[in-house]
Amino acid sequence: MTTSPLVTMRGIRKSFGPVEVLHGVDFTVEAGEVHVLAGENGAGKSTLINVLCGVFDDFAGELQVFGRPERFAGPLDAARAGIATIHQELSLVPSMSVSDNLFLGRETTGQYGTVDFSFQESEAARVLSEMGLEIAPGRLVEELPIASQQLLEIARALARDARVIIFDEPTSALSEHEVEFLFGRIRELRSRGRGIVYITHKMEEIYLLADRITVLRDGRLVGSATREELPPSELVRWMVGRELAEEQAADRTLSDDPALEVSDLRVAHPELWDRFLVDGVSFTLRSGEIVGLAGLQGSGTSDLLHALFGALGGRVSGDVRLHGQPFEIKDPLDSVEHGLVLLTNDRKALGLAPEMEVVHNASLASLVRFCGFLGWVRREQEHDAVEHLTREFNLSAPSLHAPVRTLSGGNQQKVYLARCLLTEPSVLLLDEPTRGVDVGAKADIYRLMRDWVAHGISILLITSEMEELLLLSDRILVMYRGRIAAEFDRAEASKDGVLAAAMGHANTGAPGEAT
Amino acid sequence: MRKPWREQLSRWWAMPVTRALLAFLLMLAIGCLFNADGAFFRWSVHRDTMRQVSVYGILACGMTVVIITAGIDLSVSSLLALAAVLFAWFTLPHGWPAILAIPLVFLAGTVLGSVSGALVAQLGIQPFIVTLAMMVFARGLAKVISGGQKVTNYVTDTDGSTRLIEHPPIYEMIDSRILGGNISIVTIVFLLCVLVTSTVLAHLRLGRHIYAVGGNKEGARLSGVPVKRTLIAAYALSGFFSAVAGICQAAQETHGDPETGMAYELDAIAMVVIGGTTLAGGKGSVVLTLIGVLTIGYLQKILSLNAAPEATRLMLTGAIIICAVWFQRGRKSARSKPK
Repeated sequence: MTTSPLVTMRGIRKSFGPVEVLHGVDFTVEAGEVHVLAGENGAGKSTLINVLCGVFDDFAGELQVFGRPERFAGPLDAARAGIATIHQELSLVPSMSVSDNLFLGRETTGQYGTVDFSFQESEAARVLSEMGLEIAPGRLVEELPIASQQLLEIARALARDARVIIFDEPTSALSEHEVEFLFGRIRELRSRGRGIVYITHKMEEIYLLADRITVLRDGRLVGSATREELPPSELVRWMVGRELAEEQAADRTLSDDPALEVSDLRVAHPELWDRFLVDGVSFTLRSGEIVGLAGLQGSGTSDLLHALFGALGGRVSGDVRLHGQPFEIKDPLDSVEHGLVLLTNDRKALGLAPEMEVVHNASLASLVRFCGFLGWVRREQEHDAVEHLTREFNLSAPSLHAPVRTLSGGNQQKVYLARCLLTEPSVLLLDEPTRGVDVGAKADIYRLMRDWVAHGISILLITSEMEELLLLSDRILVMYRGRIAAEFDRAEASKDGVLAAAMGHANTGAPGEAT
Repeated sequence: MRKPWREQLSRWWAMPVTRALLAFLLMLAIGCLFNADGAFFRWSVHRDTMRQVSVYGILACGMTVVIITAGIDLSVSSLLALAAVLFAWFTLPHGWPAILAIPLVFLAGTVLGSVSGALVAQLGIQPFIVTLAMMVFARGLAKVISGGQKVTNYVTDTDGSTRLIEHPPIYEMIDSRILGGNISIVTIVFLLCVLVTSTVLAHLRLGRHIYAVGGNKEGARLSGVPVKRTLIAAYALSGFFSAVAGICQAAQETHGDPETGMAYELDAIAMVVIGGTTLAGGKGSVVLTLIGVLTIGYLQKILSLNAAPEATRLMLTGAIIICAVWFQRGRKSARSKPK
């Protein structure tokens, strides 16, 4: 019963400024199928979806929806045409009721132009019961658990009579049986002839749901196949692609002194009391060692770093030893004083103060070093220290007294790194240290990291770039769902192995299995 | 190819100080133009302008600190009234020496300010709400202490008889002028407050923390900045300056009026903002505020010299605040568009 597809995309190209990120991608969605879109971070999945759901209208190529060529003017336009997107971040208004949310933007009005609330409530009740959801239409959205909110978002798409529904990693905040419920609903939608696009990193989900799988890599289409045609090992090969050129194989001899020993660390979920973001993690980081932490979104790697740094407060339990001494995780200030420093993955929101000058941003965490009586800052000493370090970093800035927002992204990242380094840390927790950084700055940062470990600093590194992970790490721990799923030594680490383990497909050579 | 002097010029032009100064110079030029038959060229006019803005200016110093933390302090006017009442109450009916009364008033202002700060920092209530509540509370407290009336030198004794007492010399002292009558003591106090604030902001670790908390609160926390202590200190400083202003106010009025200083907080905010310190926090300085204080002070002076009616004065002040702030940000917002 093959009819014409609901959505046909042909030769889609999209550029951001001078950089082309999609190089002519084809993609179709048929009625009554779940089509999984897979690929590594940065492969172009989100960009493609944003083209489809109207976020971008400046693309080249052909987009046909329900047989008609379309170029949506915005997400609202796409939604009206029957394409709904369920994003990771929900777009409900928390302080409004369930039925108000279902009818948001298309309220039914009565005789006098007032909203017909009773009609909306009964209509909402009908839609909800059709979905098998037992939610009172009058309840406030913020009172509902996350899972129900997500399902509500789907209900909203249905209430709008969407024929194509796009799910962007919908399960990252759900518990196991909520996921099951969601999958049940998705299968139901499929049987009712809707077209489903499903984006996920999780191997398990791909093989539970997919009818067809399309893989993108570096903005190009690798291939499209049915689930039966594409075994997991092949899928991983499609996603990873080219082999990694081995560089810098120089083995270093590492000391055996443990810098950071972590045992049975747990981080509770902020809202769901029975879920752990980090679920019993144990490992040792030796002095002068770089341990890479791999894991896809939601695997708990970032939470682990934040927990060790004391940024998560009372949600953390477990034993930590720093240089052999018991270390009680208190707060960021205390951690910095003990030589444990975190570089977050978001220098904008969690790092720099944009209007402060370069020197003041760089010295923020280490001011105590430059302070005299009553906290008087010895500005010359401070300036010299920052200048010395930034010269080593090849920082290019209009002036060290310019607001940090006037610097390029790569140079801002260097200022952020300088802030961490000026505290003279012994253990560095680096979360995506090269995010949004150009190639030159990246090379600088790699060089600096090697330099630091040579001086006995230990680094716990998260990066979503596989090349970077394999290049820098002495050892790689792979996390999946809050646990360490596999451990690789430098010699035995391979891109396929790490990625397979990160996707929960652990039967590819994973020796040091930790629980 | 741009010539170096043009580059230099455009760099100056981009600096907030330049723009604030230009606005101020414009105001002076307007004063020279509408000089009210030469009145604007007399030194005494400028001396009086300085004296008249001083109390507002002292409040604006504390306001600057709080606004840089991305907060706001609406309670400064009420704390001023409370301080004025307390000071008069200590020195007139009780007859305590100034050396005892002044530190006590300072303490009261600082403590109430830090209460605001603690509520903002610990409970995470919005600064607008917290200080609005403190504004109402402190005004009430001032009325309780004063019995709802001005605290004057007309003292009621325990036996019910009333008598007039002499003002202690401190009143005369604060309200006097030095350097041959050329500069008022309150102006000196104001300039000292500017100096103190500028020292804190530019030279102390606390100052750095204040900018960091205002510029990126979470980033500051994750860099080991004690965010809560910083916020408490900022509001405490504002409370302290309100107390200083309150003592000056009482000395100038020669009594403690619980109704005094109504809506001064709005003037103080306007002065900070006209200077170029933005309500978004993270940037600004007290030097800018000093210029803002003078700009508004001269505007008022020029209008009153030219005998503009009260209504016109208010409307013009409102319009000029908008113009000045727009002038301050015009270029910056144009540059930060591409994103």
